Parts: sequence; structure tokens; C-alpha cells
Amino acid sequence: MSNGQLLLLALLLPFAGSALAAFLPTHARNAAAFMAGAIAVVGCVLIVLMYGSAERSEPVRLVLEWLPMLGINVSLRLDGLAWLFALLIFGIGALVALYARYYMSAEDPVPRFFSFLLAFMGAMLGVVLSGNLVQLVFFWELTSLFSFLLIGYWHHTAAARDGARMALTVTGAGGLCLLVGVLLIGRIVGSYELDEVLNAGGLIRSSPLYVPVVVLVLLGAFTKSAQFPFHFWLPHAMAAPTPVSAYLHSATMVKAGIFLMTRLWPVLAGTDTWFYLVVPAGLVTLLLGAYAAIFQQDLKGLLAYSTISHLGLITLLLGLGSPLSAVAAIFHTVNHAIFKASLFMAAGIIDHETGTRDLRKLSGLFRYMPITGTLAMVAAASMAGIPLLNGFLSKEMFFAEAVENHTGSLLDDSLPYWATLAGIFSVTYSLRFIIGVFFGPPATDLPRKPHEPPHWMRFPVELLVLICLLIGVVPSFTVGPLLANAARAVIGPDLPYYSLAIWHGVTWALVMSIIAMIGGVLLFLGLRAYLDSGVEGPPLVRELKGQRIFERILVVISWQLARTLERAFGSKRLQPQLRIVVVVALAAAISPLWLRGMVSEGTLPLTAFDPAFALLWAIGAGCAIAAAWQAKFHRFAALVLLGGAGLVSSITFAWLSAPDLALTQLLVEIVTTVLLLLGLRWLPKRIEEPYPTSPPPSVLLRRYTDLAIAVTVGIGIAVISYAVMTRPLGESVSRYFVERAYIGGGGTNVVNVILVDFRGFDTLGEVVVLCLVGLTVYALLRRFRPAPESVGAPEQQRLQDEFDEAAPDRSPGDTVADYLRIPRLVMQWLFPVIATFAVYLFMRGHDLPGGGFAAGITLSIAFIVQYMAAGTRWVEDHLRVLPLRWMGLGLLIASATGAGSWWFGYPFLTTHVRYLDWPIVGKFPVASALMFDLGIFAVVVGATLLMLVALAHQSLRRTRSSRTAEGE
Amino acid sequence: MEMVLAIGIGVFAGSGVWLLLRPRTYQVIIGLSLLSYAVNLFIFSMGRLKIGAPPILSVPGVGDPATMADPTPQALVLTAIVIGFAMTALFLVLLLAARGLTGTDHVNGRED
Repeated sequence: MSNGQLLLLALLLPFAGSALAAFLPTHARNAAAFMAGAIAVVGCVLIVLMYGSAERSEPVRLVLEWLPMLGINVSLRLDGLAWLFALLIFGIGALVALYARYYMSAEDPVPRFFSFLLAFMGAMLGVVLSGNLVQLVFFWELTSLFSFLLIGYWHHTAAARDGARMALTVTGAGGLCLLVGVLLIGRIVGSYELDEVLNAGGLIRSSPLYVPVVVLVLLGAFTKSAQFPFHFWLPHAMAAPTPVSAYLHSATMVKAGIFLMTRLWPVLAGTDTWFYLVVPAGLVTLLLGAYAAIFQQDLKGLLAYSTISHLGLITLLLGLGSPLSAVAAIFHTVNHAIFKASLFMAAGIIDHETGTRDLRKLSGLFRYMPITGTLAMVAAASMAGIPLLNGFLSKEMFFAEAVENHTGSLLDDSLPYWATLAGIFSVTYSLRFIIGVFFGPPATDLPRKPHEPPHWMRFPVELLVLICLLIGVVPSFTVGPLLANAARAVIGPDLPYYSLAIWHGVTWALVMSIIAMIGGVLLFLGLRAYLDSGVEGPPLVRELKGQRIFERILVVISWQLARTLERAFGSKRLQPQLRIVVVVALAAAISPLWLRGMVSEGTLPLTAFDPAFALLWAIGAGCAIAAAWQAKFHRFAALVLLGGAGLVSSITFAWLSAPDLALTQLLVEIVTTVLLLLGLRWLPKRIEEPYPTSPPPSVLLRRYTDLAIAVTVGIGIAVISYAVMTRPLGESVSRYFVERAYIGGGGTNVVNVILVDFRGFDTLGEVVVLCLVGLTVYALLRRFRPAPESVGAPEQQRLQDEFDEAAPDRSPGDTVADYLRIPRLVMQWLFPVIATFAVYLFMRGHDLPGGGFAAGITLSIAFIVQYMAAGTRWVEDHLRVLPLRWMGLGLLIASATGAGSWWFGYPFLTTHVRYLDWPIVGKFPVASALMFDLGIFAVVVGATLLMLVALAHQSLRRTRSSRTAEGE
Repeated sequence: MEMVLAIGIGVFAGSGVWLLLRPRTYQVIIGLSLLSYAVNLFIFSMGRLKIGAPPILSVPGVGDPATMADPTPQALVLTAIVIGFAMTALFLVLLLAARGLTGTDHVNGRED
């Protein structure tokens, strides 16, 4: 396997493991933990194997084309920086898996935990290995999602739910900002590939979009890495199981933001904008986090705030913009990951073995757990920056960088003082952690009797602390080359001079370290009485809670704003809503006229005026207005008038060179009328006039308003259509259709060729909609409850039955049977005629007006005419119509014809044409489009019949139900 | 002709909108149908008016768009007519069901 494939394997392994773990039995704790650990170890090995390649200046790459036209590919890229992060993700991941095996209770659904953990590992790996920025954002959002699941793992507790939601909201929103930022970068550079973006630093920095890009990318990074003012989600995320905290808040989740800033450091950093955005945020986070950490009573809370503070430190270093500070930032990222993971694990052990992590209860644990205590002390010393430990080295580099001059501004000049202050704070909270937990009198009211944990639970801590020591004592033999590699990936092949030695002689940095240590001890001693009093939260800034502001904003947006909008625009009544829709549409249509002035008549010569056409439209307009007037009380009249209007529009189509439309409109008109007639049976007549004398003013006002709206709409549409019709038609896609219809589509009826060939996919979608409507109508009518007034026999039927009963020689039903006997016979005989006509329409459709739609409706008319002539029961006894099968078969034919072109290596729905000489019929085109049209034909027949028959059936159902009611 | 058709479209649309804003469901269904006639004719008229020039190639081969009716709006309207029928059917059944369930044919679902 090539290195690229190995890389892909390393990325896919955690996801595969996650899917697998999800299917393990609920209590398979050992299996799940073993699998997670094994995957992490294998990943580690894979990454280590690729060290040789990543060491060279050329990164390992793998590009799989995905959306090449949009510049979006699956692109993996492993350089020194990605290598270092990948090693941390897998390495600490393996230790966390081992630790979690012992930490998680057997009662919890542990496989789910490992499933989330592995998925998170994969997502995080995706972020660091992405060679494409869009892909990076994708994995970035995945980390947000999986961290949400991990933090909310104990979802029965409110704290876990709230913490998870807060983390997701904050980091997810930041991710969206990042996405926009990345899209802007892609716009500037012309590519999302990391290689090209990294080579286009000058272009990006000189672009007018540079400031928005920096702001958006930083919003993403700051939310993820818990920088002020977005830091508040991190302490709440402590509701997660401790292994999650150890993983997310040391090496992964929060380091994603740091990674992003480091990754884009070569292209974004080094400007004043960058400096003044990043440095203050980092500095405030550093100080605030360290200050707040001192006053926490919860062990994990203390570590959480210290994490925030260290993230601030790294951000600050990245903000300085000098190559040396970037090296220090990477170095501190690694060191922090190692000592913070071990500290979280130690805190978890303490919690696990004593039952509490409240600093007010914990005391004097050293005598019970000396080994854990020693390990925690070493790790905490590293956090405080004590010599011979890794934390000391990177902190020294930070101090040295703080002293360096970068921009010469007041902020820059004051950095050494702030840095020293932060150093003092970190010594203080480290001391608090150690002395508070391990020294002092033995604790009295612990929930459990404390003792050392199982050895394998402590093993990850031991290993991490060993690494702390190794890096701290012999840095150049351990972390040196890795760091140089990572740094080269960020700042280029020529590294600035730096020394990883412990002793540099007496420098400012050393002096600052000594001041920090002494100051920290003094501060701790000074605060001891205050801290022991057990007050929660830091003084002075206790009231400054980001969380409260966050919740306030959430309430305003998701509740108050929604309520206000609902009150303003919402209604349970349809009528006012429809009015709003119409008015908004009207306003949208009028606004261009308002802004650009009124349209005038165009220059196109008018078609010759024909009085007959004017007469036709006089009738049409009369029908429409009369229908509008009569629809309330005279429904049948309105239906007839509607039919008149439909006929006028059908004749208009025929007049104006659209035979296909005229035909289809006429046929649809017939079906619609039948349908509405069937419906009228179930609409009880409206008799009562609500306002016998004259309507109240409010009703009158509403009517006049509606009338004004309707008239405005009418005039507006008339004006716009006249303005368009009198202007010459520009060049459009029609030329292509007309020129290619015969050559490419093999038909002379261009409209039909468009429907079944050029835009066949749209037509396929349309017939699917038709099927869905048919099925919906069918489903709705199966549980149909008619209005109670309409359940009884209709008036005409009652009169006929009375007449039949009164006459001695007649029985009920005779009148109906005799009614229109001759026309009914003719209608029955017409069935083959209409059916043949349908076939004729279908066959000629490709060359002359007709086609699948028209033919389908014609055939369904043939059927429905039988229903009307002979009655539902007679038809169903003699003729088995299976609309559902017609529909299914039609969809199958249409899709299969489309898919058939795949067989020959063409895209979906490619048409093949051939002219065949058929006996008798003559020369006849056989296009695959004809098969497609056949499918459409069948669907139209099926769907139309399904609707009509379902409605016609209601008359039968009623008889049956009333029969059962009357019968027994 | 253009003027006649434009006025006709306007009348159809105006009547349709008036009915759309009425309280009874049956009025709304008639209004929607009228409105779809108007919209179909409006879209159709975007291809400009031509008399005696259907979009059918008289001689097999390459057609000349200048001498034929514009096929694109016609293809759009053809599908719109069929979908319009489906919409009417669906709305009719909803109307009937609502009439049975709410006991009223007011669009708001209750008399007021």
C-alpha cells in the first residue's frame, strides 16, 4: 500500500470502529474498550510508519476526485504539523480508551461511549489530515456533533444536556462562521486545496476580503478553542465523563481551533489586523482563565479554567506573528496536551476512588494514594512550569517571546508583565490542586474510602508523566525533531534559531519564571484563608458569566423573538394568511415598477385584431366574473361558468398556435368538471344568508379591501403581460429545442420532444408528483367522513324514489334506470372509440399534437364515461380497472427507459431514435422516448382514474353504511 | 389581439384572487382554478403571440425559431395544466374532508 492509502486507512479505521461498536451488546465493555484501544494503537503505528515521509518537505497526499468542477475533492495531506497532531490524537486516544475501560461503570451503555469516542477520534483526525479547506470544515462540524454526543453521554442529568447543548451551539455557530471564511478564502485563491491556499499568503493578505476572512476564521477558532468571550462553554462541558474531558480538553476538540490557527498561520498571520484581534483575545483568556481557575471548588472546574488559560497562552503566541512564537505555540500545544490529559485522568481517579471532586471535601489523600499523588504532583508541576518538566520549556519560550518586541505598541510592551502575572496565577492554582487534594488533615466525609486505583487505570497517567519528564530533561533527543518538523510545515524550511536546552544562562525569561514561582507561592499562602472558606467562583468577576449572557441570547432568539413574530404574523386562520401571501406577492411585483418607473408599450408590431377573438374573450371575462360572483351560493352555476372560462382559454391556445395546449386543456377541463361534480355531491347546499339585511361594516370593509386587492392584481398582470407581449423576444433556449428536435430527438412536435426528451427528467418528476397526489387523494378518501347533512340520499334521488313508490307498477330505482337511456347507451358504446382515439393521440404525439399526457387523460375519460353511463356497480362488475397497477407500471416503464441508457453507457434518459417501416402503419419513428411517453401515459391514466374512482366510490360506501345502520 | 389577451388574463387573475380571499372553501377552489388559467395564459404569452405557426416542424430537419411558435413556454404550460388538475383534485378532497371534520366550509375551520 502506498502512503496515501495508509493515510486513508488511518482515517477510516476510527469511523469503521465506531459503526462496529454501535452494534455491540449494551454491556460489552471489554470488547468495546479493546477495539477502541486497538484501533488507536494501530492508528499510532500507521502514523509512526509515515514519519519518514512526513519528515521530508513534501507532504504525503491522497486526492480522490469528488466534485472536481466545484474544486471539492476528498483530499488528505500529512505534513509535519498534521503528523504531530495525528500522533497526539491516536496516542492519547489509546490511553483514554484504556483509562475509560476502568473509569466507566459496567452499568452504563459503554459500547455507545466508545462508538462516540471513536467517531470523534475520526472526525478530529479528519480535521488535521484534510488537504482541502471545505473538507476540513466538514470534519470540524463533525467534531462539534460528536463532542455534543460525548458531553451529553449521561443524558439523564440536566447538567450534561445543558453542557452538551451549549458546546454544540457555540462551536457549531463558530463552525458556520468558519465555513463562510473558508468560502471567502476559496474565492480569493480560486481553490480550496490547502497546498494552493498555503502558497497564496500574499494574495490573501492583500485582498480586500482579508479582514472578513480573518474575523470569520477566528470566530471559528475562538469558539472551538474556548477563547474569551466564547470560553464559557468549556467549564460546562465538564459534565461529560472524565475520559471525555481528558481527551477533548487536552489533545483534541479545543486544540482543533489552535490547529486551525496554526495551519492558516502562514497565510493569515503577521499583519496588524491579526495581531490586534488574536493577541488581546489570547491575553484576556490567559489571565481570566488562570484567575478563575484559582477559585474553583470543583477539581475538574479548576482544570477546565486552567485549560482555557493555556489555550489563551497558545493563541497569544500565535497572534504575535513571529516564527519563533509559532514554534513556541506548537511546542506548548504538545506539552499542554500531555500534562493536561494526565491531570484530568488523575482527577478522574480521585473522583472515582473517593466519590467526590469537591476541593472543600478532599484533603490529605496522599497517605491513601501515594503513587497517584506523586504522579499528579509531577503533572501539576509541569502545568505550573517548574524546571526539568516539559511545561517549563515551552513556558520559558513564551516568556522569551513576551519580552521580544513585535509591534512596539503599548500592548506589546506590556506583555512581559501580563505574562508574569499569568505565570503567578498558574503556580497558584497548581499548588491549590496539589495541596488541596493530597495534603492537610485526612478527609472525613468522603462518600467512599479512598485507595489506589487498579494498576491499568493508573498506567496512562504514569506513561504521560514519564513523557513529561523525558521531554523536560532531554528535549532535543525526544521532542526536538518532531517539533522541528511541525514547525517547518508552518513557517517554511528555514527555521529560526531556537534551543530546547534547560539552561540558557540568566535571561529575562528565567527571571520571570523565578518571579512567577515565588509570587505564585506567596499568592497561594495569602489566599489560603479565603479559599478555605469555601466560596464558589472567583471574586470581582463572579458576576461576569458568559453562560448567563448566552442563555439570555438563546431565550431572546428562540423564544421571545419567535413569539413576537408569531404574534405579529401568525394566525390560525387561513383567510388572513392568504391575504398576507397575496399582498406580499403583489408588493414584490409592484416594487420594481415603483423603483424603476412604469413600463411602457413595446415596439413589437401587434398581431391583427380579430373581432371574433374579442368576442371570445368578452365571453371568457364574463364567465370568470360571473363565477367569482356566484361561487358562494350557486356552486353548480359557478362550476359551469368555470368550465366556460376553461374553454375560452383552450380556444385561445388553439388560436395562438399551441394545439398541444388546446388539446390538453380541453381534456383536463372535462376531467376537472367531472371531479368537481362528484365533489359537489358531498358539499351540503348553503342556504342561510348570515346577514339578512346588510353586512356589518367590518365585513364590508374586508370585502372592499379584497376587491381592491383583486382589481390591483388583475390590472397589474394585464399591464405586465401587455408590456411583455409587445416587446421582441430575445434569444432563448428555444432555438436549441427547435433546431435539435428532429435531429436529436427524432420528432417534429417540438413541445412533445421537449417533454419526453430534452426535459424528460422534469417530466419524470412531474408524473411522480401526479402519483403522489393520486395516492394522497386515495388515502384521504379511505377514512372520509362526509358532512352529516350530506349523508342522506340527495334530493333528486329522494323525489325519484317517492315517485316510484307512489306509482303502483314501478319499484324504487326504475326512474334512475330509465333516465337518459339512449344517451347512456351511446356513451357505453363510445368506450372503444374513445380508447382508440387515446391510442391514436399517443402514437402521433412525437410528430403531431398529442402525446402521453393527452392520451392518458383521454383514456381515463373513456373509463369515467362508463362510470357515468352505467353506474359504479355495473362498471366494476364488468371491467376491472386497477389504477394502482397502471401507476406502478407506468413509473417502472418510465424509470426503466431512463435507466436503460446507462446500459449503453449514456447518462440517464438519453434518447435513441430509429425509423422503422412497419407493415400497414408505414414509416414510424421508434424512439426510446416513445417508451418513456408510454410510461407517462400509464401513470396519467392510473393517477387520474384513482382520484376519480375513489371519489365516485363514496356513493357506494354511503349506501353500505346506511344499509348496516338500517338493516340489523 | 395582445390587448385583448392582456385584459383577459387580468380579468381571470382578478376574479381568481377575489375568490382566493373569500371565506368559503368552494370559492377558494374555483378561485385557484381561475388563477391557474390566468397564470398558464400569462406564461404562454411570454412566447409572444403567433397565429398559424404551431411548434411543429413541417419538414423533418432543422427548424427555424423565427417562423414557429415558441415551444418552451408551451412545454412549461403543458405540465402546468396537468399539475393544476392534480392540485385541484387534492384540494377538493381536502375540502370535503375538512367539511366533514369541522362541520363548516369556512377556510378558517370555524365560523366567525
